[in-house]
Amino acid sequence: MRYHPLSEADRRAMLATIGVPSIEALYADAPPATLLRKPLDLPKGKSELDVERFFSRLAARNLPASCAPFFVGAGAYKHHIPASVDHLIQRSEFLTSYTPYQPEISQGTLQYLFEFQTQVALLTGMEVANASMYDGSTATAEAVLMAHRLTKRRKALLSGGLHPHYAEVVRTISRLAEDEVEAMAPDVRGVEDLVARIDDTLSCVVVQTPDVFGNLHDLTKIAEACHRNGALLVAVFTEAVSLGVLKSPGAMGADIVVGEGQSIGNALNFGGPYVGLFATRHEFLRQMPGRLAGESVDADGRRSYVLTLSTREQHIRRDKATSNICTNSGLCALAFTIHLTLLGEEGLTRLARVNHVNAVVLAQMLADIPKVAVLNESFFNEFTLRVEGDAAAFVEIMAARGVLAGVPVSRLLPNAGLDDLLIVASTEVNTDEDRDEFVAALKESL
Amino acid sequence: MLDRPAVVELLDDDKIPATFTGNRGLDQEEPLLFEIGRLDATGVDVEAPAPVATRLGALERKTPIGLPGLTEPETMRHYVRLSRKNYSIDAGLYPLGSCTMKHNPRSNEKIARYEGFADLHPLQPQSTAQGALELMQTLADWLMTLTHMQAVALSPKAGAHGELCGMMAIKSAIAARGESATRKVVLIPQSAHGTNPATAALLGFSVRVVPAAADGTVRAQAVRDALGDDVAAIMLTNPNTCGLFEREIVEISDAIHAAGGYFYCDGANFNAIAGVARPGDFGVDAMHINLHKTFSTPHGGGGPGAGPVVLSERLAPFAPAPFIRRNGDSLELVEDAEGAQSFGRLTAFHGQMGMFVRALAYMFAHGADGLAQASKDAVLAANYVRASLRDVMTQPFGDRICMHEVLFDDAWLRGTGVTTLDFAKAMIDEGYHPMTIYFPLVAHGAMLIEPTESESKASLDLFIATLRDLAHSAKAGDMTRFTQAPRLAPRRRVDETLAARKPVLRWTANAAA
Repeated sequence: MRYHPLSEADRRAMLATIGVPSIEALYADAPPATLLRKPLDLPKGKSELDVERFFSRLAARNLPASCAPFFVGAGAYKHHIPASVDHLIQRSEFLTSYTPYQPEISQGTLQYLFEFQTQVALLTGMEVANASMYDGSTATAEAVLMAHRLTKRRKALLSGGLHPHYAEVVRTISRLAEDEVEAMAPDVRGVEDLVARIDDTLSCVVVQTPDVFGNLHDLTKIAEACHRNGALLVAVFTEAVSLGVLKSPGAMGADIVVGEGQSIGNALNFGGPYVGLFATRHEFLRQMPGRLAGESVDADGRRSYVLTLSTREQHIRRDKATSNICTNSGLCALAFTIHLTLLGEEGLTRLARVNHVNAVVLAQMLADIPKVAVLNESFFNEFTLRVEGDAAAFVEIMAARGVLAGVPVSRLLPNAGLDDLLIVASTEVNTDEDRDEFVAALKESL
Repeated sequence: MLDRPAVVELLDDDKIPATFTGNRGLDQEEPLLFEIGRLDATGVDVEAPAPVATRLGALERKTPIGLPGLTEPETMRHYVRLSRKNYSIDAGLYPLGSCTMKHNPRSNEKIARYEGFADLHPLQPQSTAQGALELMQTLADWLMTLTHMQAVALSPKAGAHGELCGMMAIKSAIAARGESATRKVVLIPQSAHGTNPATAALLGFSVRVVPAAADGTVRAQAVRDALGDDVAAIMLTNPNTCGLFEREIVEISDAIHAAGGYFYCDGANFNAIAGVARPGDFGVDAMHINLHKTFSTPHGGGGPGAGPVVLSERLAPFAPAPFIRRNGDSLELVEDAEGAQSFGRLTAFHGQMGMFVRALAYMFAHGADGLAQASKDAVLAANYVRASLRDVMTQPFGDRICMHEVLFDDAWLRGTGVTTLDFAKAMIDEGYHPMTIYFPLVAHGAMLIEPTESESKASLDLFIATLRDLAHSAKAGDMTRFTQAPRLAPRRRVDETLAARKPVLRWTANAAA
């Protein structure tokens, strides 16, 4: 087997040193009845060529984003990733290293995490950020748990614009951790009155902007109402590129900002791995979940980085830890950091503007189709269409024509009676031809 | 015995010159991005957008963010230089016990980047992603066959997330039996990973610690003594964190089941037994599998991982959404489990697809025979290290057969003035990443070594020779080799206390000025 360096002669020599007759003898502690007597009913090993051939065939049965006019968003976004990002994250020293527990030989990882934390703090308008979470949805659930710890209350209020899957993740953990959740009804037009629902029993209010339907929200008044009632505002985003042109959640008074970082540096990957962003105020630091890289000095006084404040974490605190989390999303965080370094403020702002303009142009073209309406007052690169009929059926028809047209709301909210709604995203990858094909396909399927 | 590498002769501090740049040969000092980047520099050419009336309303940003950029050549140099300050499996043996640092095949990286996988959106029509669903189902089938379990939840994002998934299924099953109010305790052995008690506590369980016997394993009698009507489950790692097979695992499983509880197995060490024994045959009800350990998806400097959970028949109905269902010729991803017993949803989408591709490619490359050989070679390598060091280092539970990792303690260092930490740091100067230290907590000054099946005999022999040489040095009182270590790494010992006392967690313009 090409991955196993030991030869039969090596194995014999090693067994002699150990003083046992066979490798099987090393399994003497296992109850004999539990040891397999014959090989499992699974295929034999394959050559690299044969493995790649099998997976190529599977891959060919899928329609990738780059092979279609592509307008699918709702929590994950297709952006162009510079080749240098993927090259750099595949360097052995990044790809095949472990969590930087030995800082003297892990400064590469620790320094990029420190850079990542700084970039996330700047982008969200917050004071501190952690070294990343699994993804945006789990970061949101962790933010709710953190708010419970900080306020010593156990009830969260979720906006009706929060991505339904994020809301479901929060509801699942809350139910099983025996915490309360109140969720507003789906808020397609972004007009719900959250402020009227805020009282002093809430630990936090969770609001997404741009929301799942694309609407933009001013969080200022919600933040004020939260703070009057001793609750925290958790601001969520699923499209990190939007922060290039939008006011930061921090500037609008958010206490914890969480989001999905996939759209900077990370491929769609059919849903994962992604990178959760998590930022907060300095005063809440000790209740923040996840890893943190901090600055220090070495024995010669040279600036160095090291994992810090681990007394919050499970390997020290066990059942008193702030979270059970053990890993972050290191390599995805690196991809985020490298892409954002390549963009810089100049590139990110431009990229965000191109996204917005592409969406505005598309929205206008679609709104001109009879029986189609754009529901949003405001949006960034994503908006919601009302089509007469079953949006999911139209999406299937358009997919058969090779156009990936968006996410039917019924896929996210199957029983909400919103079957005529379609969430459409447009990024810098879309061309005039893509838009024309979309419009033509939609007209034809209606 | 191999000769000492010549470089050791240079250890005299006087012979390492101070340089103007702080650079030493290939080791280059690298400032922070924020010290070299510029607000107007960019490595991405984006055309100016067409002038269009915006729909951003009053929420348009009016102030700068403060994000510096670099052009592409500067970006390459910055991150390449940073990368060279890291140790990696590709560069050397990485004996971190409990972490499984084995070879990461590059074919898996190539396959994961096929457009047909990497460029798929989780919410595009399922009719356009049948190959991806087929891949997920195939992975699920392999995992069920390897473990002899009846269902699998693919969505957990990492090992600890898998633990959460398994324990949520258990809590839901107990609720379905109407016993939520009474079964509030989870049994956890002393030697467990910290994630076990943290997970139990997160779900409102209290933890009852089961003591280990003198041989480092858990006795069925100790479990029986801790059992009662209040127990929901036991969380047990097998092989355990001391690298030992839990000999009474079947009796423990029978005892917990007889008492009405569930058996959660922490599958972190499945790589010792994959293809050799099946957790389903131990009576396990739920177990997470760290794809990034056993099936070699890269650790990536701390993630992303993947932690699918296999479930027994009794827990299968409670599995989280989404899950795959076969409808004739096509596969359906069931995303809304309302009305069923499913406990809900763990993450926005379907799990770590990128890791599924790599893990399945790894399984295909090995086949059933190769996976068993990988487990056996890992166990062989750990025992070879044990047998080669047993006369110079001490083991907390005596010299006995271990599984894929071997645990030493610091009894042999007593009186030398050298600590486990010093010993670990001295390994760095010898070109090795240290083993896991001070874990598990049941061994004093623990040193947990997991060589994996990826090492050649020559590589193991050099590693053993190095540890023997260090051990003799420690016993001979050559203190500077330890207390001053590391001296040849990019950094000397880093002050962790300072970092925690005055946390500096980001760059700020003021601090730099």
